[in-house]
Amino acid sequence: MLASIKSNHLQSESKKLGMMYFRVAIILFGAQLLMGLIAATQFLVPGFLFEIFDFSVARMVHINALVVWMLYAMLGAVYYMIPDETGMETVGVGLGKLAFWVLTAAVTIVVLVYIFIQVGSGSESTIWLINEGREYLEAPRWADIGIVVVVLVFYWNVFATFMKGQKTGIMTVMVANLMALAGLYLAGMFYTDNISMDQFWWWWVIHLWVEATWEVFVGTLAAYALIKIINAKREIVEMWLWIEVLMLFGSGILGLGHHYFWIGTPEYWWEIGALFSALEPVPLVAMFVHVLYDWGKEQGVAEQEGHRNVMRNGPAMAWIVANAFGNFLGAGVWGFFHTLPQVNIYTHGTQFTAAHGHLAFFGAYATILIGMMYLGLQGAYGIKTLKATFKSKMGIVLIISGVLGMTVALTIAGYEQVLVERAELGAGWNAFFAAQELPWYVQAQTWRTIMGVVTFVGFVYLVWDLLTIGKQARLAQQAEA
Amino acid sequence: MDKENLSVWTSIPFWRRSAAWVTGFAVMLLIWLSFDTLGQISMGSDEDLKNGITKRVPGPTVINYEIDYKMSEKRGGEVPVIGKKELFFGKEWSEQEAADLLHLGKLTSQAKNCMNCHTLLGNGGYYAPDLTKAWLDPAWREGGPLQGMTGKNTKEEAMAEFLMHPSQYPTHARMMPDLGITAEEAKGLVAFLKHMSSIDTNGFPRNFSKTVEQFTAGGTNAR
Repeated sequence: MLASIKSNHLQSESKKLGMMYFRVAIILFGAQLLMGLIAATQFLVPGFLFEIFDFSVARMVHINALVVWMLYAMLGAVYYMIPDETGMETVGVGLGKLAFWVLTAAVTIVVLVYIFIQVGSGSESTIWLINEGREYLEAPRWADIGIVVVVLVFYWNVFATFMKGQKTGIMTVMVANLMALAGLYLAGMFYTDNISMDQFWWWWVIHLWVEATWEVFVGTLAAYALIKIINAKREIVEMWLWIEVLMLFGSGILGLGHHYFWIGTPEYWWEIGALFSALEPVPLVAMFVHVLYDWGKEQGVAEQEGHRNVMRNGPAMAWIVANAFGNFLGAGVWGFFHTLPQVNIYTHGTQFTAAHGHLAFFGAYATILIGMMYLGLQGAYGIKTLKATFKSKMGIVLIISGVLGMTVALTIAGYEQVLVERAELGAGWNAFFAAQELPWYVQAQTWRTIMGVVTFVGFVYLVWDLLTIGKQARLAQQAEA
Repeated sequence: MDKENLSVWTSIPFWRRSAAWVTGFAVMLLIWLSFDTLGQISMGSDEDLKNGITKRVPGPTVINYEIDYKMSEKRGGEVPVIGKKELFFGKEWSEQEAADLLHLGKLTSQAKNCMNCHTLLGNGGYYAPDLTKAWLDPAWREGGPLQGMTGKNTKEEAMAEFLMHPSQYPTHARMMPDLGITAEEAKGLVAFLKHMSSIDTNGFPRNFSKTVEQFTAGGTNAR
């Protein structure tokens, strides 16, 4: 009997591959949080691991683990949804599995080099072998090329399966959007002595990922998940998806201008960036309304038909609702706070940005990707209705409280820094440290660290839940039958 | 909704077409603006500097000139002002030498991962001061505490000395770690910083080190 509990109920190899990606993603998520805790501690205790594991290293691994776990979970989500959407098995799933192992080996080597070698001499070989030294895109060039190859395999799998199978609206958006997402990575793969040129292209990757293509990706995931979880009507979901594409790309692509205020680029980006990035929250409100409206509507339909509950996966839906709200709050509201150049000339490059970064990455991406993991588990254990456990609830409550707490603390630290370092003292070395040593700033950083620990405890509950919820639900389902 | 087509507002083809047009328009506008911007931010030449032609990103030989950061009433913020010639590490650098030095400096800034503690042009980590106009920081000037601390006589030598042995010169509990920067790399980094300070950043950071007098007076304006 035990064997049947443990057995994987997924028939599709593509879905199994999706689960493999999810497993690595959750490990890297843990690594991200640990590195964040080290870096947060260094703000309070500057001597902590000094010249052993410096802030620069901890933060580099912190933000790289973030990007990579999200990409893993995104690839996993796509491999998981392909069979449902196209009605067939992914065409090159064997090659896909090989690519998974190649990528995982490469990520392991890159991380070990980051941790143990850290920095190199000022030469091309460092850029190729150790660390490219460009925030978020630190992966050395050899790994960049490896990533491109792996992504080509992945994209071929998505594209070829799409061409052979059903062409749903969700998959149409997915295929087009993934091409842009993958292609943009190339803009970050060259070296230049001109720092303005460097950052111009760097933002093409970073911004057009997180404020355009990743957002559309989230829209497609939410569309798919709503159909799976609450039986939302495909036509409504797909119509919303096209409206979201219109609004997200309509605002997000030229919203890129808000990164071109101060890097040497011309002044016309002030107006372009301000106008379009100010519109960026609009689709996020729409997505929020859409998720809750559909839920209410489908629940109403279910009740009329005499079913008690439309919900098929409680924890996944909880994370998707957290996504709808978190995306609007973190990316939308916290982004809008400092997107106008009149404000940004003071807030640019302060803890204000860190506050926005934390809530936006979490709200817009981490939430829905965790939701997709729960959806995957439901399939892997063949559960008809997955209900949230105590551990699921502890996970979601503690992680959300922790991240919100960190965001509030960093926002307060940001206010201090903006007013004292920038407005009062006019930047500079002395101004920077004057602000960093203010009691209110230190107090805010202390709260950030405490809230980071809360987040980590929530993560422990989350992993514990992910490891046990499937088995438990499977047993309960068998007991009922 | 496809079939019934009760209203254009619930028509999937309408929204699909609109999405495609809006995205296409945004991409075209972005590409057009990008071409214009790339022209404006390409590095200037030695000739431009000699002829007093202002470029948003001057050529590497800008290290041979004095750089200031002055309020422009017309622009409403501070702009870099390139002044008369000055020696840099005791010499004037030829076009090729300056380009090589900047190349070494920029490479070193990436190899040493500066950007994960500091911000460059305001982008990076928030653990250490912004380096956009670090070259212009009064603390490195003659009589400034950072120059005084290193015992060197010029700004560039003081900065290079600090970069090579940062943990020997603690200014605060939070210190810069020793990253194994060589003497040549340190020179390159200082050239990179001096070059960066000459970039027209539309007035960022605003009111840079405006409190320098207050600072030298011991942190107060009270007389």
